[in-house]
Amino acid sequence: FKLGLDAAPRFIGFINVDLQTDAMLQVDISDALSERDKVKFTVHTKSTLPNFKQNEFSVVRQHEEFIWLHDSFVENEEYAGYIIPPAPPRPDFDASREKLQKLGEGEGSMTKEEFTKMKQELEAEYLAIFKKTVAMHEVFLCRVAAHPVLRKDLNFHVFLEYNQDLSVRGKNKKEKLEDFFKNVVKSADGVLVAGVKDVDDFFEHEKTFLLEYHNRVKDASAKSDRMIRSHKNAADDINRIASSLYTLGTQDSTDLCKFFLKVSELFEKTRKIEARIAADEDLKLADLLKYYLRESQAAKDLLYRRSRALVDYENANKALDKARAKNRDVLQAETSQQLCCHKFEKISESAKQELIDFKTRRVAAFRKNLVELAELELKHAKGNLQLLQGCLGILKGNT
Amino acid sequence: MKSDSPLFLVAQDLTLFCICVNVQSQPASLAAEDISTNSNGPKQDSLFDDDPEDLFAEATEEVSLDSPERDVLLSDGPSPAITPITPPTSVITPRIGHTHDDMFTHSSFDEIEEEEGGDSFDIHISVSDPEKVGDGMNAYMAYKVTTKTSISLFKRNEFAVKRRFSDFLGLHSKLASKYLHIGYIVPPAPEKSIVGMTKVKVGKEDQSSNEFVEKRRSALERYLMRTVKHPILLKDPDVLQFLESSELPRAVSTQALSSAGLLRMVNKAADAVNKMTIKMNESDAWFEEKQQHFENLDVQLRKLHTSVESLVCHRKELSVNTAQFAKSAAMLGNSEDHTALSRALSQLAEVEEKIDQLHQDQANADFYLFSELLGDYVRLLTAVKGVFDHRMKTWQKWQDSQMLLQKKREAEAKLQFTNKPDKLQQAKDEIKELEGKVQQGERDFEQISKTIRKEVSRFEKERVKDFKTIIIKYLESLVQTQQQLIKYWEAFLPEAKAIS
Repeated sequence: FKLGLDAAPRFIGFINVDLQTDAMLQVDISDALSERDKVKFTVHTKSTLPNFKQNEFSVVRQHEEFIWLHDSFVENEEYAGYIIPPAPPRPDFDASREKLQKLGEGEGSMTKEEFTKMKQELEAEYLAIFKKTVAMHEVFLCRVAAHPVLRKDLNFHVFLEYNQDLSVRGKNKKEKLEDFFKNVVKSADGVLVAGVKDVDDFFEHEKTFLLEYHNRVKDASAKSDRMIRSHKNAADDINRIASSLYTLGTQDSTDLCKFFLKVSELFEKTRKIEARIAADEDLKLADLLKYYLRESQAAKDLLYRRSRALVDYENANKALDKARAKNRDVLQAETSQQLCCHKFEKISESAKQELIDFKTRRVAAFRKNLVELAELELKHAKGNLQLLQGCLGILKGNT
Repeated sequence: MKSDSPLFLVAQDLTLFCICVNVQSQPASLAAEDISTNSNGPKQDSLFDDDPEDLFAEATEEVSLDSPERDVLLSDGPSPAITPITPPTSVITPRIGHTHDDMFTHSSFDEIEEEEGGDSFDIHISVSDPEKVGDGMNAYMAYKVTTKTSISLFKRNEFAVKRRFSDFLGLHSKLASKYLHIGYIVPPAPEKSIVGMTKVKVGKEDQSSNEFVEKRRSALERYLMRTVKHPILLKDPDVLQFLESSELPRAVSTQALSSAGLLRMVNKAADAVNKMTIKMNESDAWFEEKQQHFENLDVQLRKLHTSVESLVCHRKELSVNTAQFAKSAAMLGNSEDHTALSRALSQLAEVEEKIDQLHQDQANADFYLFSELLGDYVRLLTAVKGVFDHRMKTWQKWQDSQMLLQKKREAEAKLQFTNKPDKLQQAKDEIKELEGKVQQGERDFEQISKTIRKEVSRFEKERVKDFKTIIIKYLESLVQTQQQLIKYWEAFLPEAKAIS
């Protein structure tokens, strides 16, 4: 079914800092359409860059095309010294769809009110997941657009402007297998490379920091997910309690029944707030942690590439020494060594800036989200309190 | 002793029989070990004793009255009430005599109820200080039962005794056998739990066995309060003895795996079959209505109870998961190298830790207030349905007597034409006896119907009060939780804003 978007929520993990505004480039996802098994994003661009034919235009893209763009950055040697913005996760409506299907199957076993209520719940859940996936895809594009070098990438411009299907098929089995082995080699290498102590204090510190930080963010992300799921479950229970109380309250019109109806009404409202709390915690806390899990991985990848370049450089040095000693292929060795040196220094330079930016972004994002989280928790707790006290006042007054 | 109706020659009547006998022959004062005034007298026990051949006997030693362990347990050293068992004879004798003779007339009960109008209902019972006594599979929990009251029935205003779980079951068993079949809604005792109790016996001092003991303690307290709130039950000598006597003979027939337990199960099954075969001509729509009403209520309360139990479970999960997240956030804060953010994350961890305790407390309120209220009423409704069933049985008995009378009359009419004066006389005697029975049966039926009407009215009043009071208490617990949450997040907010 079609889910339209009124306004894409501005993403949580991303703060626009250090935007080099030599020319304006603003990207957002202005609309999205959820069809049976895919989501179509309308990518909208406003730009004064001369590269584009128009100043404002839109194209329709699917998830695979975002992945293609991301992978093209990763595979580009020129970008080895940058933190590549993490790819957005695949839109996953499976769980939600399954629940809607189960609901349809169980329609006979519940009252009409219960069915309508649950259907509304699940549709709201579907909508929430949908909005989130839009936000994730949007922030990826915004990060690219904000990056002084990546924003100039040709593939990125094609992605933004080419109004035909990019025909990026997903990776076939062979390519996926290649990726898999690349990752295996990388992690094996990673172990090797991590062991080499860096001469540069800054990078040594960053390596230690990122390794630990990444693991702890992973743990915090998983634990926050579990906590939020329990919260949702409790809210669902309160929903059922409200329904049962309602049934009890409609038995007849005694005092007690009126009492039950009032309490049922109360729980109906408080459980909506509890569900909202879970949703907000998900947005401000869980998503934040998930995002920085991916970003810290991207930062680790950068450090890995730098270490690889260092190892290559050192090997080239050794080769040059050998060549000079044997007085054979010296020029070749010299050229090779110079290339490696240049590559390494280039990566080191940009990596340093990238990592500093990463920290700035991270601190700003956490600040924004923790503040918003606390404000929302307060708002909901106060709302709950008001409802509870109001109801108690009425109930006590009547008894 | 006019306990001559054949249907009542079962254990319950022996109870009454015993009491009457003992009261009439009682000495001036009873030593603490004399158990003759209570219904589980030796005659009673011999039927269901744990003799060595009994395959279902609990695998424990029978604790005799004279055994030293018992004295240690039940003689109240620290506790204030070491009273001899005798309640004032003036209170007991007339009442017992009354109830026995006029068990099925209204006057005695009316009188008792009028009495209570003068006495304001002021009694509070608490069950506390669970204490493990003994070791291994013979171990049990002893609970302190403290009564505070200004009711003149009791000798003192405040007194305490020690009781174990089987004592409570024994009390209920006695009350049920005396009052259920004449239409009184006797509150059911808390349920046995072999699994739960085994853990405690084995000595697992962990959270789950502590929770089990607390759950049981709370249930026992509610059980006693419900029992004494009933104006008739409050004055029952078994209840008084339970609350006041420093020693109580062990109620062995309450063991789940005893032959008495087995007998109970058989009786229950027989009852169920009987219920299905009785088709009563309901002349009074009130009863049919009420039965339907209670059926519906039962279904809905069970459903609600299930949802609340689920909430308790998920709230406990939430508490555990919040605690784990708090630890994780603290670790994250430790590895964060930006000082202000690191501090804020540590603060977040602290807030979440406090919140997890809040969830735990709320889960307890969910359980002890809301869930147990519903559980209690689901069990109470079983007792309510039971009295309606007894009314049917009473009706059936009456009808059976009537049919038998009819048959006998027909037989007598036939005999008129034969020349058998002896047989004729016998038939006439039998008819006279049966006429008496039929009249009694009708009286019984009217009495139980009247009692049930009163009981249902009282029950509904109590139910309304209970639900309103407890649910309001529960909502207040929710208010408290929200207020705490506000405090915690308000303290955290400036910390988050301080990140720069």
